[in-house]
Amino acid sequence: MAKLPISVDKIIENYGPHKAYAPKQGFHGHADPDKLVKTHCCFCGMQCGLQLKVKDNAVVGFEPWMEFPFNEGRMCPKGVARYLQNNHADRLLSPLERVESEGFKAVDWETAMSRTVTEIKRIQSTYGNDAFAMLSGVSLTNELSYMVGKFARVALKTANLDYNGRLCMVSAGAGNKKAFGLDRISNSWVDLKHAEVIMICGSNVSETFPTLIHYIWEARDNGAKLIVVDPRVTPVARTADLHLPVRPGTDSALYGAMLQQLVENDWLDHDFINQHTSGFDATIAAVKDYSLEWAEKVTGIPAESIKQAAAMWGQAKTSFMMHARGIEHHSKGVDNVLGCINLVLATGRIGKPYCGYGTITGQGNGQGGREHGHKCDQLPGNRDITNPEHRKYIADVWGIDEKDMPGKGLTAYEILEAIHRGEIKGLISICFNPVVSLPNNNMVREALEKLEYYVAIDFFLNETARHANVVLSGALHEEEEGTVTSAEGRVIKINAAVTPPGDARTDASILKELAARLGAGDKFAFKNSEAIFNELRVASKGGTADYYGITYERIVKNYGVFWPCPSLDHPGTPRLWEDRKFATPDGKAHFNPAPYRDPGEPTDKEYPVVLTTGRVVSQYLSGTQTRRIGKLLDQYPEPLLEIHPSLAQQFGIQDRDLVKVVTRRGEAEFPAQVVTTIRSDTVFIPYHWGGSKSANQLTIGNLDPISKIPEFKVCACKLIPLGRKAPPVSESDAYQSV
Amino acid sequence: MAEPEKNFDQDMEFFVDMQRCISCHACETACAECETNGQETMIHVNYVDRAHSVQTTVQVCMHCEDPACANVCPADAISKDSNGVVHSANTSRCIGCSNCVMACPFGVPKKMEAAELMMKCNLCYDRTSVGKKPMCATVCPSGALYYGTREEMRKKRPNSDPVNTFKFGAQTVHTKVNVMMPKGSKELKVH
Repeated sequence: MAKLPISVDKIIENYGPHKAYAPKQGFHGHADPDKLVKTHCCFCGMQCGLQLKVKDNAVVGFEPWMEFPFNEGRMCPKGVARYLQNNHADRLLSPLERVESEGFKAVDWETAMSRTVTEIKRIQSTYGNDAFAMLSGVSLTNELSYMVGKFARVALKTANLDYNGRLCMVSAGAGNKKAFGLDRISNSWVDLKHAEVIMICGSNVSETFPTLIHYIWEARDNGAKLIVVDPRVTPVARTADLHLPVRPGTDSALYGAMLQQLVENDWLDHDFINQHTSGFDATIAAVKDYSLEWAEKVTGIPAESIKQAAAMWGQAKTSFMMHARGIEHHSKGVDNVLGCINLVLATGRIGKPYCGYGTITGQGNGQGGREHGHKCDQLPGNRDITNPEHRKYIADVWGIDEKDMPGKGLTAYEILEAIHRGEIKGLISICFNPVVSLPNNNMVREALEKLEYYVAIDFFLNETARHANVVLSGALHEEEEGTVTSAEGRVIKINAAVTPPGDARTDASILKELAARLGAGDKFAFKNSEAIFNELRVASKGGTADYYGITYERIVKNYGVFWPCPSLDHPGTPRLWEDRKFATPDGKAHFNPAPYRDPGEPTDKEYPVVLTTGRVVSQYLSGTQTRRIGKLLDQYPEPLLEIHPSLAQQFGIQDRDLVKVVTRRGEAEFPAQVVTTIRSDTVFIPYHWGGSKSANQLTIGNLDPISKIPEFKVCACKLIPLGRKAPPVSESDAYQSV
Repeated sequence: MAEPEKNFDQDMEFFVDMQRCISCHACETACAECETNGQETMIHVNYVDRAHSVQTTVQVCMHCEDPACANVCPADAISKDSNGVVHSANTSRCIGCSNCVMACPFGVPKKMEAAELMMKCNLCYDRTSVGKKPMCATVCPSGALYYGTREEMRKKRPNSDPVNTFKFGAQTVHTKVNVMMPKGSKELKVH
């Protein structure tokens, strides 16, 4: 395949992103809808309950769902405005086919499907099955995640399937498995409210998970102390009892020094350590030289603050430790996570009321989407694709010979690298926008241009789908039924509010037809989403992520069911490990040494400034949906370069000055926002934009050796002030969504 | 749509706790969904000093006991009802003179230039009059905005007291809306 068929400007003119301020059909029916559909938000891992107002098969507004126990009606601006994506002017209403020099033309399903299947067969017969890869996403429901995993292995017969959770919390998942043998937050959020101390590491909770803030504030009403580790003074860090402004890439030094303090002061739960853990001695040996002074030098956090944090953590009776991408997006993300877990295990505060530990999943189905087998190394039930017993069990459920099941494939970033090297020739993607979301995205764009055939299943023509040969018009969140699993492990029900418009189809029906045309129709003869879920339940049975006892009926009746839930009479498990039986082979929780090492790309004379990236409250991930909602774009119209006044002064930069940020991967220009709420050696850019405003042109593809997560959160950059002010927001390319 | 049943619960009060505001703007987005606002928000979130802090405050109609906006209105377009709600300008009366904009000590009413009309929060009368909570307080994810009884608030925030007496120099203003202050506070002196 070649470059884009027509210019980016032309594609945007035809397919957006355009900003919607009102439903396409106006607010007709806003006040008097045909029905209210109880469902959940399509964005972050909180999965707030809400009701969609539906009139004439279109979503025309929202109404809070007061009874849903997690959020009781509370919402963030994304959840409130999400209904504006429905019937959006940019919505793909039929399959599209690429026409060189002309752009894309609408085609019928027969044409799109038959061309896709012909190309898949051609590429696989020429280069081998693994030369056709698949990329998936965790905004998909559990049913679709399961179906994608089965589709890639049974219909497409490729090993190279991975998912965009690879950019999210796989470091946490890998750390959880090493320490506990199971990958889930240990408790429901309810335990947060009564914890004596809460430690938040690398998470701007207030902007990324706003509805979780209520639980934190309630905890503080109950007397909780709050420790926040973050290079920026975020809204949650602003109010913390102790803010630790860590130098990006040095987190594990902080946790190591805190562990050393726990040992020195004997703030340890010896009974728990002796009876229920292993690896303690080797772990503390690894940090024996981690003095406060050393940690101050490495992390940039005053020694006194580290000491205070250790004392607050060590002396509490109950606690909740949570972290997110700030410590996970690193080439040592797993070590950072293990450093946090070691602090939890040393104090024995897990599996008890008001004690908890876990990652906060960023994507809507970030939890469920990592359990059902669309990761390159995983089968449903969180089973291991290299384990013969696990393979046999799933092969039997799928009705195939275990020998025909592909093995472990490449991870997401590695798949793009393999495409770039010419080893992978074909790609199918669903719900993944790597041109915006992967690091070093100039390489990603070049890779897509080398593909012989690319088919995207999508509802908008996002930055990646623009490179496709064929786009299959799939379904929005509100157009397909299923379940998702929220960040607290609660399996909940997504109810379809409307049917797909025009000739668009549900993702399940698209995969089903492709499978049939690839000769595996009998393996995908699902009548509806509940039938997929029922097969998923069986496939998960006996795995660590056991959903067998969860049914649609139970979910609706109980406002969700927490997994593991191994039988129909099992109540579900809001709090793990109460029995002190961990899911590891020896039944113990494992300490793991997490010695400090430098980030992959330290600063130097040429690139003297640390660049870190993150999110803003009004945008979601690659912005495919939120950059099309006018109200949300107005709220934070363009990516800004946050920079401390002292660093700004060194470069002669003032507020709103246009600054070129350069790394070894690329360069881009951003307006400066000069603020004292960031470390003076670090600059921050939000990553939701594409094209010339994409922060991921700059970030680096260093991978964690275990989780293979890229190091989005730290690389070296230089700043070049351009000697002029940024144009007014109304004239900004980013605001125009280019 | 049928005329809403008037079911306003006078025990319910509105509380604003600036310390908890996380600058998410959910209140603004949700306010614009109100049936009577024409997709305009009547609540506003502002940074105090973004160069040095991420602290934001919310600006919402305080529903004064003796509303200056209504008192100075030459067209009698602004009224306060028996529930204590100060309503937005009556569209058939408002002459767009901006007297209310200048008179309000809290800087709340805004003149919508395109419509030549003053608009402001009416405590989500379409919702509160049928027993629901105002949209902004319903969605507020942080509890910076809360609509409930004084007793509920006392239990929720044992370390704070609601204050609805404001001193603007020599002028004292009592409001239906409360701001949460440190325990023991009785009034807020603005200057």
